[in-house]
Amino acid sequence: MATPSLPVETPIASDRLTVALLGNPNTGKTTLFNALAGLRQRVGNYPGVTVETKKGQMTCCGKVFDVVDLPGTYSLAPRSPDEMVAVDLILGHQEGEKQPDVVVSIVDASNLERNLYLTTQALELGVPVVLALNMMDVAAGQGLRLDVERLAQQMALPVVPLQANKGVGLDRLRQVLAEVASHHPTSAQGQKRPSFPAAFEQEVAALQAMVGEEVAPYLVRRLLLDVGGYTEQRLGQTLGASLAQQVQAARQRLASVGCSVPGVEARTRYGWIREVTAGCVQRPAQRPVTWTDRLDRVLTHRLWGTLIFLVMMFLVFQSIFTAARPLMDWINAGKGLLAGWLRDSLPIGPLTSLLVDGVVAGVGGVLVFLPQILILFGFIALLEDCGYMARAAFLMDKLMSRCGLSGKSFIPMLSSVACAVPGIMATRVIEHRRDRLATILVAPLMSCSARLPVYILLIGAFLSVGRPWWLPGVVMFALYALGLVLAPLVALLLKRTLLRGETPVFVLEMPSYKCPSARLVLRRMLESAWNFLYRAGTLILASMIVVWALLYFPSTDREDPQQRSFEEVLATLDQPLSDRRDEQKEKEEKLADLRVQLTQLKVQEQTLPLAQRGAAHQQCQQLEAALVPLEGEINDLKTAIAEIEKAHNHITERWKQQSLLGRLGKLLEPVVEPLGWDWRIGVAALASFPAREVVVGTLGIIYEVGEVDPGELSEAKEVAQTRLARALQEAKWEEGSARAGQKVYSVPTALSLMVFFALCCQCASTLAVIRRETGSWRWPAFTFTYMTVLAYVGALVVYQVGTGLFG
Amino acid sequence: MLRLLETPTMPTLDQIPVGQRARIEALHGSDGLVQRLYEMGLLEGEEVEVIALAPMGDPMELQLRDYRLSLRCSEAARIQVTPL
Repeated sequence: MATPSLPVETPIASDRLTVALLGNPNTGKTTLFNALAGLRQRVGNYPGVTVETKKGQMTCCGKVFDVVDLPGTYSLAPRSPDEMVAVDLILGHQEGEKQPDVVVSIVDASNLERNLYLTTQALELGVPVVLALNMMDVAAGQGLRLDVERLAQQMALPVVPLQANKGVGLDRLRQVLAEVASHHPTSAQGQKRPSFPAAFEQEVAALQAMVGEEVAPYLVRRLLLDVGGYTEQRLGQTLGASLAQQVQAARQRLASVGCSVPGVEARTRYGWIREVTAGCVQRPAQRPVTWTDRLDRVLTHRLWGTLIFLVMMFLVFQSIFTAARPLMDWINAGKGLLAGWLRDSLPIGPLTSLLVDGVVAGVGGVLVFLPQILILFGFIALLEDCGYMARAAFLMDKLMSRCGLSGKSFIPMLSSVACAVPGIMATRVIEHRRDRLATILVAPLMSCSARLPVYILLIGAFLSVGRPWWLPGVVMFALYALGLVLAPLVALLLKRTLLRGETPVFVLEMPSYKCPSARLVLRRMLESAWNFLYRAGTLILASMIVVWALLYFPSTDREDPQQRSFEEVLATLDQPLSDRRDEQKEKEEKLADLRVQLTQLKVQEQTLPLAQRGAAHQQCQQLEAALVPLEGEINDLKTAIAEIEKAHNHITERWKQQSLLGRLGKLLEPVVEPLGWDWRIGVAALASFPAREVVVGTLGIIYEVGEVDPGELSEAKEVAQTRLARALQEAKWEEGSARAGQKVYSVPTALSLMVFFALCCQCASTLAVIRRETGSWRWPAFTFTYMTVLAYVGALVVYQVGTGLFG
Repeated sequence: MLRLLETPTMPTLDQIPVGQRARIEALHGSDGLVQRLYEMGLLEGEEVEVIALAPMGDPMELQLRDYRLSLRCSEAARIQVTPL
C-alpha cells in the first residue's frame, strides 16, 4: 500500500519565523493561505477543541517561514474553548506552538469597517500586524475607491492590496511579511490602537494588579468585556469566586459612567475605525445595484427562493444517490474481480480468507463511500464558495429551529438520507458545538441508501405477493418517514437534555455572491476524501476484519471424519461442481445448435417443391428425436448441480452456526425472540455491524441459498421470486425451539426486522466518522447505544402489536 | 429595562417591514448575543434596511454598512429602532 503523501509532523525549528493568518469568514483567507503555503500542508489538532489550524511553509528572500491559518472568526472575544484557540495561539499560550512573529490580518476591502473590527483586536496582542486588503476588485465593482497609502499612514500599519484568487499582490505581501517578521518584536511597539475611555483603562489596571502580571493584558480586557465569556470561566477556575464578584462590581461602575460592557468595546473600536479610515474610502453618491442585490431578490424570495432551493437540493440529493451509483458499482465490481482472482490463485486457508473476505472486502467497503463523499463535498464547497450556503441556512432556519437546530443543519441532515457518512462530515459548516453534536448524533437516524436492500428484500418477500398493490409503497414510505420524524424529535430531546444550553446566536453574514474557484472546490473534495480514508477508513477496515474473524473461527469441521477445515471440505465440492457446470454449458450449446439447424430445415422445407419435402421432413424428425435425450441430460445435470449447491450451503450454514458469532447468536436467541427473530436473524444482525446491507448477504448464507449480492436485489423487480426470498418465506423455527416447525417469518417479523434496521446504527463507517469528527469515543458509543435501544424497542412494539392484531 | 418603559412606542427591528430603513437606538442586554450584534456593527446610530424575510417569516435579511446580515426575529427584537 502506498504511504500517505502528507508530510510527516516535523518539530518547529526555533529559529524559523512564523506568520499567522487572521480574518473574518468569507474574506478569501483560505485562498490566501493556499497561495502562501503551497501544497504541502498539515493539520494541527488541539486537545478538547473541535477546530483545527492548518500549517504550511512559505519561502521568501531565501528564508523559510511557517504559515499558520487560524480558524475564521469575526472577533477575538472567546466564548468557548474553540474560540480560544486563535487567541492562545497569537499570545503564544498554545502548547507546542511558537508565538507568531507577524499576524496577517486579511480583510474584505468591499466591507472594510466591519472587517477592521477584528484587526483592532489583533493590534492589542503584542504581535506586529500586516493588513492585507483582499478583494480589491470586488470593492472596485461596488464603486468603492480606496486610498491604500493614506490608510497605511492613518493606521500606522503596512497595508498590502490583494486579489488573492488571481494571485495579484502576493509577492509584495511576502516581502512585507519577511521584513516585518525579522524586526519583531520592535515593530509591534509603534502600532496604533484604539484608546478606550479612561474609566475603562482604570478598571483594567486594577484587575491586572489583582490577577497578577502573568495574565496577558489582552485577557484581562476580555475578562472585563465578555459577560459569561470563556476568559471568565478559565481565570475563575484558578482565581476563585472573589474574582467574579470584583469583575461584576467593575462592570457596574463602568455602566454608571456610561461605559457599559459590551457596548463600550464596539463603540470604541468602530469609532477608531471611522477615524483611521476617514478620507480613505470614497463611496459613490448612489450605492450601485450589485449582482448580489439582483440575485438576492430572487434567491431569498419567499416563493422563488424556496423553489430554487428545493430544486437545488433535489439535484444534490439525486446526484449523491444516482451519480455515485455507477462509480460505486465499479468499486464493487473491482472488489469482486480482485477477490475472485486472489481466491483462485492462493491456497485455501485462514490467510487467504483474511485477505479476501477481510482485507479486500474491507478496503472495498471503505472505498465505496468515496464517490458519495466527493460528490457531496464538491457541492458543499461550490455552494459555500459562491456564497449560497448562507442563503440556504437562511431559508431553512425556521424549519430547523423547531427541533432546536439552525438552518445550517439542513444540508447535513438531507445528505444523510443518501448516506450518513458524508452527512456527518458535512456538519463542519455548523460552528456551534452543541448544534453540531446534535446534528451528528441524529444524522444516522435518517433512512440511508444502505437500508434500501434490506427493505426491498423483506417487502418483496412478504408484503408484495397476494397483498394489496399499495402495501409495498406504503410500508417503504413509512420506513423512510420513521427516520424523518424521529431524527428531529431526538434532536429536540438532546437539545433539551444532554446538550442543553443557551440558544446559540444565529447572526449570519450573507456574503456577496462570487464565481466559485474550481481549484478551491477540487481541493476541498480531495481533503474530505483524504480525511475519510485516513482517519475513518482504518477503523472501518479493522471492524470488518474483526467480524470476519468471528464468522471464520473456529474453522475445523468436527463432523468431517478427517477433521478438515470447512474450507477444505467445501473445496472438495468445487471440482465436481465446475465440471458439471462446464458439461451443462457444453450440452446447452449443443442443444441450441441443434435447435437452430431444425428451424433452418423447417424454413427450407416450406420452400421446397412438394415432391422433395418428404426427405426433408424425415430429417427434421430425426433432429427432433435427438433433442429429447439431450434435454433430459441437461435436466439431470441441473439436479446434480442443485444437490451439490445444497450440500455446499449446508456446510456453510454449519460453519456459521459453529463460529464464534454463531454461538453468540444462539446465546442471544432469548433476547431477540420477543422481536419474532430466531438465532439466525440474530447472527445476521450481529454480523451486519460493519454495514447494514451485509445482513442480506448473511441471511443468504445462513438460509442455505449461497451468497447474495445486495446490489443485485435493488434491480430484481420480482424480489419475491428470488431464491433468498423463497427461502425466507419457507424458513421454519428449528427443533428444540418453543415454536419448532412454525414459519419464522410472519408479516410482523418482517416488519420488526425492517424497523430494527431502520433505527439501529449497524454501520461501522458512521461510528468511525463520528469518532473522527467529535474526537472522542464517547459520542459514537452513545450513538450506537441509543440507536440500538431505540431499534430494539421499535422492533419489539411492532412485533408484539403486529402479532396481537393479525395473530 | 428602564429605557423600555420610558419609550413604550419605540419599535424593535423585528417589527420593521421589508424595504423599510431604520436607525438603531439601543441594544438590550449584555449577553453573548448582544456582544455579537455589536461586533457585527449593529451600533447605536447605525442605519439598517430590511431586505427580505425567509419563507416562514423568520429570519430576516438586513443591509448595513457595506454588507448583508441575517438575524432571527427573536434576535432582532433586542434592537430598538426608529423607522426612517
